[in-house]
Amino acid sequence: MAKTHSINLSINGKAYRNEVEPRLLLSDYLRQEAGLTGTHVGCEHGVCGACTVLLDGRPVRSCLMFAVQAEGHQLMTVEGLSSDEKDLHPLQQAFWEAHGLQCGFCTPGFLMTLLPYLQANPSPSEEEIRSAVSGNLCRCTGYQHIVDAARLAAEKMHTP
Amino acid sequence: MKPAPFEYFAPDSLEAALDLKAQHGDEAKALAGGQSLIPAMNFRVAQPTMLIDLNRINELRYIKKNGSLHIGAMTVQSQAEHDDLVAAHAPLLHEALPNIAHSQIRNRGTVGGSIAHADPASELPVVCVALNARMLARSRTGERWIEAREFFAGLFATTLQPDELLVAVEFPAPPKHTGFAFMELARRSGDYAMAGVAALLTLGSDGKCEQANLVYLNVGDGPVEAHQASAGLKGLKPTAARFTEAGQIASQKDLSPFGNLHATADYQRHLSAVLTERALAKAFDRASQIKRS
Repeated sequence: MAKTHSINLSINGKAYRNEVEPRLLLSDYLRQEAGLTGTHVGCEHGVCGACTVLLDGRPVRSCLMFAVQAEGHQLMTVEGLSSDEKDLHPLQQAFWEAHGLQCGFCTPGFLMTLLPYLQANPSPSEEEIRSAVSGNLCRCTGYQHIVDAARLAAEKMHTP
Repeated sequence: MKPAPFEYFAPDSLEAALDLKAQHGDEAKALAGGQSLIPAMNFRVAQPTMLIDLNRINELRYIKKNGSLHIGAMTVQSQAEHDDLVAAHAPLLHEALPNIAHSQIRNRGTVGGSIAHADPASELPVVCVALNARMLARSRTGERWIEAREFFAGLFATTLQPDELLVAVEFPAPPKHTGFAFMELARRSGDYAMAGVAALLTLGSDGKCEQANLVYLNVGDGPVEAHQASAGLKGLKPTAARFTEAGQIASQKDLSPFGNLHATADYQRHLSAVLTERALAKAFDRASQIKRS
């Protein structure tokens, strides 16, 4: 086995410390080492967007990073949106209400892409939403309900 | 694990990275944003035995105006995309950046990484050639500037030496009455384009075309210039008919696309002709709007 590296990072506000082989992808680290299986692994070459997480607040593909590169950084995964399924984040609630998902496989990636986008853009147009999620693939919905959910989420997130 | 095993170094200074390069040469692959390298490693198409991760080298992340525009190699693409200096001083680059893959990729992918990767389907090498950019290469023993046209050396190849790293790119300002346009066409947003063009058009005081630059992506083994089409425009008054003709000359004489899964060579020629015509019209329109002092 190759030499391992010690990493310290924060995921959803909690400190993690692990020994990892440098070739371990961040996506696999999140699921297998940190036990956070909300991050889904689809294509593993950066096309589908299912594994999108926030690295220091910005959406990135966790399959296109090594876990060792997350040393010292702050990550947020879909688990960080809400700690209780009875008290969903407004973004999750909007996906629920507007039927923004069917099988749900792509959903964590959509949520983590939309979270910072909708925080920064309170009233995006349909075209802007479609552009914002153009790096995330969904094979079920045809996207229409995802766009509806994003619009609803924008309203919910910016209503005091 | 998807990628094959490798030794990993994450130096926190350029000095330390150059020492590693001097010691290991081509054995040690530089890891910039990793948005092309890591997918290739996941497929095991690439199996480097050693990676030098440049992400801790903050001295390579900057955008500054110092006569020309200078961008540090490790500047992430999304930062350049939203930077006011880039928009003001390299508007062609500003227009090209959002075409690179998806926002999540641009949050990690770097300006220098994309250039050093020299993928013929990439936007940045084409922009570099169109704008006569210069690359700054450093090794432990010194540094040198390389003209964009001398930098790209075919499919995924550059003239960087085994002990060198690309550390910065300089974009000189084009002549004042220059209009620009970047256009590409992909099957889906964020995919590799089937064809694309960067066009620059400089008008003389008589309103005639003083200089035209046409550089294409994904129609050859690197950025491809349409010399004959550009020469055909020089010294003449720009008109819609001449832009159409330039598209025909470029696509039939200057370019020799290979064709691929998504577009046949003939279709790439057709697209190149149409994009040339549109890009020249847009560049001309923009050049015409620049006030004469």
